[in-house]
Amino acid sequence: MSSVWHWFVVIGTLGSLAFFLALLYGNRKASSDATTGHDFDGIEEYDNPLPMWWVWMFALSILFALGYLAWYPGLGNFDGASDWTSRDAMQRDQAAHDARFAPLYAKLAALDEASLHDSRQAMQVGRRLYLNNCATCHGVNGRGTLGFPNLTDEEWIWGSGLANVKTALNNGRQAAMPPWQAALGEQGIADVTQFVLKLSGAGHDVDAAARGATQYQSFCVACHGPEGKGNPALGAPNLTNDIWLYGGGAEQIAEGLRNGRNGRMPAFNEVLSPDQIHVLAGYVTALSREQTE
Amino acid sequence: MNGAPAQEPKSEPIRLEGFGERDLYQRREKIFTRFVGGFYQRLRFFTGWPLLVGYFLVPWLQWGDRQAVLFDLPARQFHILGDTFWPQDFWLLGWLLIIAAFGLFTFTTLVGRIWCGYTCPQTVWTSIFMWCEQVTEGERHQRIRLDQAPMSLNKATRRVLKHGMWLGVAAATGLTFVGYFTPIRELTVALATLDAHPWAGFWVTFFTAATYLNAGWMREQVCIYMCPYARFQSAMFDSDTLIVSYDAARGEPRGPRKRGARPEQLGDCTDCTLCVQVCPTGIDIRNGLQYECIGCAHCIDACNQVMGKMGYPEGLIRYTTESELGGGATHWLRFRSVGYGLALLVMSAAFGYAVLARNPFEVDVLRERGELYQRQGDTITNQYRLRLLNKTQRAASLTVSADSELPLTLSLTRAVDLAPGEILDLPLTLSVPVSALATATTPATVRVCAVASGRCDAERTSFLGPSP
Repeated sequence: MSSVWHWFVVIGTLGSLAFFLALLYGNRKASSDATTGHDFDGIEEYDNPLPMWWVWMFALSILFALGYLAWYPGLGNFDGASDWTSRDAMQRDQAAHDARFAPLYAKLAALDEASLHDSRQAMQVGRRLYLNNCATCHGVNGRGTLGFPNLTDEEWIWGSGLANVKTALNNGRQAAMPPWQAALGEQGIADVTQFVLKLSGAGHDVDAAARGATQYQSFCVACHGPEGKGNPALGAPNLTNDIWLYGGGAEQIAEGLRNGRNGRMPAFNEVLSPDQIHVLAGYVTALSREQTE
Repeated sequence: MNGAPAQEPKSEPIRLEGFGERDLYQRREKIFTRFVGGFYQRLRFFTGWPLLVGYFLVPWLQWGDRQAVLFDLPARQFHILGDTFWPQDFWLLGWLLIIAAFGLFTFTTLVGRIWCGYTCPQTVWTSIFMWCEQVTEGERHQRIRLDQAPMSLNKATRRVLKHGMWLGVAAATGLTFVGYFTPIRELTVALATLDAHPWAGFWVTFFTAATYLNAGWMREQVCIYMCPYARFQSAMFDSDTLIVSYDAARGEPRGPRKRGARPEQLGDCTDCTLCVQVCPTGIDIRNGLQYECIGCAHCIDACNQVMGKMGYPEGLIRYTTESELGGGATHWLRFRSVGYGLALLVMSAAFGYAVLARNPFEVDVLRERGELYQRQGDTITNQYRLRLLNKTQRAASLTVSADSELPLTLSLTRAVDLAPGEILDLPLTLSVPVSALATATTPATVRVCAVASGRCDAERTSFLGPSP
């Protein structure tokens, strides 16, 4: 707050308090007539006295306001004698909240993957964590959307199981499909696209796919493997099934080849506690189990 | 009654001409009420006590293994006997308050401010506090003398005793009040062992102080300056409303006389001012209807005693109506009273039905906000959050189904078990073959039914797909 506004607030606040006190004091006496002098069609208005306790309450409210302004931040840039801030208050609340739920999380954190899946409480706690932290990208039911993986199917780009999901939650994931436009050229991109379609068992141009196979073996094989099965260690997706993170049409595959893809899963280790991540990972791994049951 | 000409009570504004300046802030005039017995005071006793006993007793009643009436604010559950009300049922409270308002209108129109005089907590607690005053400081004249006397051991003792009694009643009231919101048995033990939660301690202290101040110090000031009811009574009164009224035609001109005498030139009012001395709001009922009058009938009982001693008929001050005072009859059935009564009856019946037909569970269906639909091969799926709430104190088993023109398939096929009072958040996926879609948006209703009772709750939503 600039000093102009600081003084605007200070003078405005203290000035109105002083004004109210003056008003209260200035109105303590009235002229001898019992009415206010207002007269509407012969209807007059009494000027009845206020009860004294009401006046004292008003005065005490003003006193309270002064105490409040001295103790809490309120007068412009003045921080108040207590140094209270809403950020500290939030952190205190958070600490109290964490302390309250620590025993629950400690109990749930001791469970292994199968026990987490069987615990109704773990699943409900996990679902709340999921809805607050994950649903924005992966959807309320974990079905994902274009560019954000579906968590309910059996396909795990970075590996399945509790440990892998916990790693993803703790450290995040950074996928790096490089752009190949410069290396492949437009013709090369079209050929490799047809080969990738062939890998997944979709309809494709046989000649182009044959040409693309050669280029696949030199450019793509390092990450996606000779058979296109992918590599969870690198986050390279399996190309042989019908699951496509960025869409399975020729145009979307060509776009990925041309400009690359840089999917990023953020790290949650600073947002969630290790115990929370354990429970959340349990919920996420249960999503696909539910589907395959 | 007698030959004296009827004289209207003075209704001119009281002018204070010639007094110069006057204070616009008024010190409270002390009111020392004289104790009076009589028919209406017995009536008040019998209406006040059951309410009072009920207030103090209800929190101690048990229902099963918990308090019978408990408004559990942290858990947002309001237990009344075997029923539990949730924030979702809060509209019922709104309804109840509207019914209470109409009840007030109906009774005010018919019988005036009997709420104030007979049942209002402000009046009832003030009566208790006045009784404490009577016990410790004596009758009216003794209290006045004590108040004017310089401080002495006697005065100090009586004052300490009085305030001690007041605080005792106030503390019991405060504890009971908080006991409606937190289990009173545990609270009492915790307070006794100085182990109560600081907030529980705060609220008990707060309501103790509020009771002590209201019934001990504020009294009629609450009625006169704070209560809105007194101020809008004129909107509900008409000439057939029962009011406490002085029969000026019979009483005036007032004047003192010997017992049993009937001076020709005087009315029946002996001007003994007992009606003023017993009034808890410090008014003179002989000045006509005033907004300060809480209809407590102290003046009626006092005046009837005097009339009895004088050998005059009772009822110089009585419950009557303007119509009757004017020589006519009271019309009980009139547009206003019948209208209010009908409205009250209809709303009470509707409320009763709403409470009885209240659904014991609730379903919420929230669409996925991230995307409209998903296509997997030839199947279109929509994502929803399904929230199930079991409002009862028993476990429930619920089945989920979907009604729609579309042949929808649900991801949830088995029954869902809910613990008592549980809120369960579940994923729900609806899917349909793309060939079945006739429009981009098709209405769908998710229906949840209890296996045991067969009662259902439904929520309307929609199923989205590509434009065909």
